[in-house]
Amino acid sequence: MKIYGVALLAACYFAGLAIGEVLGNLFGVKGNLGGVGFAMLFFILLTDFLNKRNLMKEDYASGISFWTSLYIPIVIAMASIQNVNAAINSGAVAIAAGVVATTFCFFLIRLLISLLKEEVEA
Amino acid sequence: MIQAVYEMLLKNGFVFSFLVVGVIMLITQFVSDKILKNKIPGVALAIALGLVLASFGGKTGIADIPLFSGMALLGGSMLRDFAIVATAYGASMQEIKKAGWIGVLSLFVGVFFNFIVGSIIAYAFGYHDPGDIATLASGTCTFIVGPITGNAVGASSEIITLSIAAGVIKVLIVAVITPLIKKIVGIHSKTSAMVFGGVMGTVSGVSAALASINPKLVPYGALTATFYTGIAAILCPSVFYPILQWIMMQ
Repeated sequence: MKIYGVALLAACYFAGLAIGEVLGNLFGVKGNLGGVGFAMLFFILLTDFLNKRNLMKEDYASGISFWTSLYIPIVIAMASIQNVNAAINSGAVAIAAGVVATTFCFFLIRLLISLLKEEVEA
Repeated sequence: MIQAVYEMLLKNGFVFSFLVVGVIMLITQFVSDKILKNKIPGVALAIALGLVLASFGGKTGIADIPLFSGMALLGGSMLRDFAIVATAYGASMQEIKKAGWIGVLSLFVGVFFNFIVGSIIAYAFGYHDPGDIATLASGTCTFIVGPITGNAVGASSEIITLSIAAGVIKVLIVAVITPLIKKIVGIHSKTSAMVFGGVMGTVSGVSAALASINPKLVPYGALTATFYTGIAAILCPSVFYPILQWIMMQ
């Protein structure tokens, strides 16, 4: 049953979001703090556990991989529902902040990745 | 007749969104393969076309047009987050651990750095109220955190809108530019994807960029990017804002 795989995914999704909500309350922040990240960790750990015990049937996995493959179409749909006009017309400060911060981030990533390389070699 | 077809599509907006995205991918994949000889990935073109389509609408992009309202569900945060968790299937815990301290470091460095750059730009553009600066800087971190800080410090809705805009600009740049400069930046492995997600932060931008670079990298970048959002939501209003307030008083 493919739905078992999808249901497992849904269970991890909610378990992660629940933690995000609790953390949000704890820190007094409106919103979910890293819930999706926790959901991913749960999902990795749980599916790894099931795989090791041969409890993960092939058709469970195919229910999951259907959703994995929907990821790119979803991202394209997501791009099409952004408030692009407001972002472009919002004024120079928003554009400057976005452009400058992102450019610096690229340099920072380059720097950190080069540190990563040294560590692997060492 | 045309009216009847229109109403049928209108009634089945969600199903229609599958058709729309399918056609977008078909066109962009063709252009990428045949005209651009795969120099620009089809997915990157599709995302760029999606952004162009969004400019025909308003607040929710093309979904503002009733015919395309189903795109709001397909591209909304519920299905996006659900599919992101699905991409984690098969991701290896060992790879995640391999990023180790540098993965964690990239999170804090990323949030801190984006906030500082955002603050300096806001100050340079004449915003001298610490609440306004903190809100704009939080939006620069990622557009979800702009309103969180804005509400916490009582910023005006114009400032909050600006902060969201700064974050969306970041999404646009990250999604479109990263695949073009992946070699220069050095995104080639799972661990480097984690650093990328950790420093950049924007889940939408990072996951879109990685989808066009190599879909296998998506879960690794998305994982650190979601934690970035969580950490930014804690640090910006409750740590960085008070510090900023203190600095401004000196």
